Amino acid sequence: MALLELEHISAQYPGATAPVLADINLSLGPRQLLVALGPSGSGKTSLLNLIAGFVSPSSGRITLDGVPVAGPGAERGVVFQDDALLPWQNVLANVAFGLELAGVPRAQRQAKAREMLALVDLHGFAERSIWQLSGGQKQRVGLARALAADPRVLLMDEPFGALDAFTREQMQELLLQVWQRTAKPVFLITHDIEEAVFLASDLILLAPNPGRVVERLQLDFGQRYAAGEPARAIKSDPAFIETREHVLARVFSQRQALKEHA
Amino acid sequence: MNILDLLADGEHDASAQPALRARRPLPTRWISALTLGSLLLAWWLVTAAGWVEPLFLPSPADILNRAWSLLTQGYMDASLWQHLAASLGRIGFALLAATLTAIPVGIAIGYNRVARGILDPLIEFYRPIPPLAYLPLIVIWCGIGEASKVLLIYLAIFAPIAIATATGVRTVDPARLRAAQSLGASKAQLVRHVILPSALPDILTGIRIGLGVGWSTLVAAELIAATSGLGFIVQSAAQFLVTDVVVLGILLIALIAFALEMSLRALQRKLVPWHGQAH
Repeated sequence: MALLELEHISAQYPGATAPVLADINLSLGPRQLLVALGPSGSGKTSLLNLIAGFVSPSSGRITLDGVPVAGPGAERGVVFQDDALLPWQNVLANVAFGLELAGVPRAQRQAKAREMLALVDLHGFAERSIWQLSGGQKQRVGLARALAADPRVLLMDEPFGALDAFTREQMQELLLQVWQRTAKPVFLITHDIEEAVFLASDLILLAPNPGRVVERLQLDFGQRYAAGEPARAIKSDPAFIETREHVLARVFSQRQALKEHA
Repeated sequence: MNILDLLADGEHDASAQPALRARRPLPTRWISALTLGSLLLAWWLVTAAGWVEPLFLPSPADILNRAWSLLTQGYMDASLWQHLAASLGRIGFALLAATLTAIPVGIAIGYNRVARGILDPLIEFYRPIPPLAYLPLIVIWCGIGEASKVLLIYLAIFAPIAIATATGVRTVDPARLRAAQSLGASKAQLVRHVILPSALPDILTGIRIGLGVGWSTLVAAELIAATSGLGFIVQSAAQFLVTDVVVLGILLIALIAFALEMSLRALQRKLVPWHGQAH
């Protein structure tokens, strides 16, 4: 199974003096759902862009199964905050797009795409146009598209950030089901504390200036949901609330330290 | 649907709802039709009453008669269809050549820094020059045959298409490019599957603008050096003071420009139905 490793990663914007990320060490293996939580400016998105290969680190090494990451590639699927779907293709063609690029024959890639649409509960939507979908449906298509290319790890860039609260909860539950069924390692970034605590099997808390990991937690709320426990029961569990408050306190203490520093 | 229709529909909906019993206001289309109708009536009135010499303004009936004779007998040794075909052939050929060359050039300018450095100043240098200003030079180089007219129209159409394509390529949503890259797209696949379709609305707008410029240039070129075409009809008729043919030629030129514009809009609706849809 896939193992993604980041060793001593630092990153800097061209021309900037202060680094965006400093000395990040991470590993992401099978059956893990790693959530990076942090305020804006903590380098979450930079971290995801590094793993996806959209930008290169200024120092350090990123490897997937021992092979260094150089540029974007199909083995690291990405789900974007704004869906980034192609409006000139219908839903089915969008989901099959990665397979089309890989040269998979039409019948085969459409069968795979239909399977992925079923996985994200969009059976009847194959022939729809993109602009006829709601925000939540577009994000599901984005998830199905990333999964159809059968990546070894799935990277999600604040995938539910633009959705309303109801849809966001549904999507979180859907993601846990998909994660459980496909057993793919997932790296997800968010600034929503409850979302992070609910989804993560491993949670890292990032602090800004420069972006660095200030806390690592191992959690099991996502596994409990995947094992059949209702989401509401988990979220009202004292253990969940305690963890959420702990993380919240850490975020605030960081912010306080930052203010005093300034 | 053009902007006027949209406005008309908006007005119609807004005013029809609140007062059900109120008299329906006159739709904008009707107002436009009434304007044209009054203009025609005024034209008929001043010519029928003999207030204007037919040399300056022939009557609508004369124009219709002349249209019939042009259709049946032609003008200056060629039928009307041959003149029409000459004009449409020139612009069609130039448009085809311009589309085939300007789109790749536009993509290169938008996508590649070196290509932009080479091609951008060349296009920006000749684009603002009115085509009729360099027509004499083209005539010196290529003679007064078909080649010089097609080349002139080609140059007029090329710049708007290339510039619109480059703009379209430069404004492709970077998230779409990244999405395709993370699905394993190569550079060629990015151009084929993401950049070209993303830029298509801009390319079609460029073609629309190019056709408008090209049509004006064509007619102007035919006014100067031609033995066939709609511009030639107007020009030679003016020399013999055959005013009804002059008016008829102008009406035909306007009609074709309108038809070209409408068909391009229809093509745009058909090819890029997603354009203007909320994301």
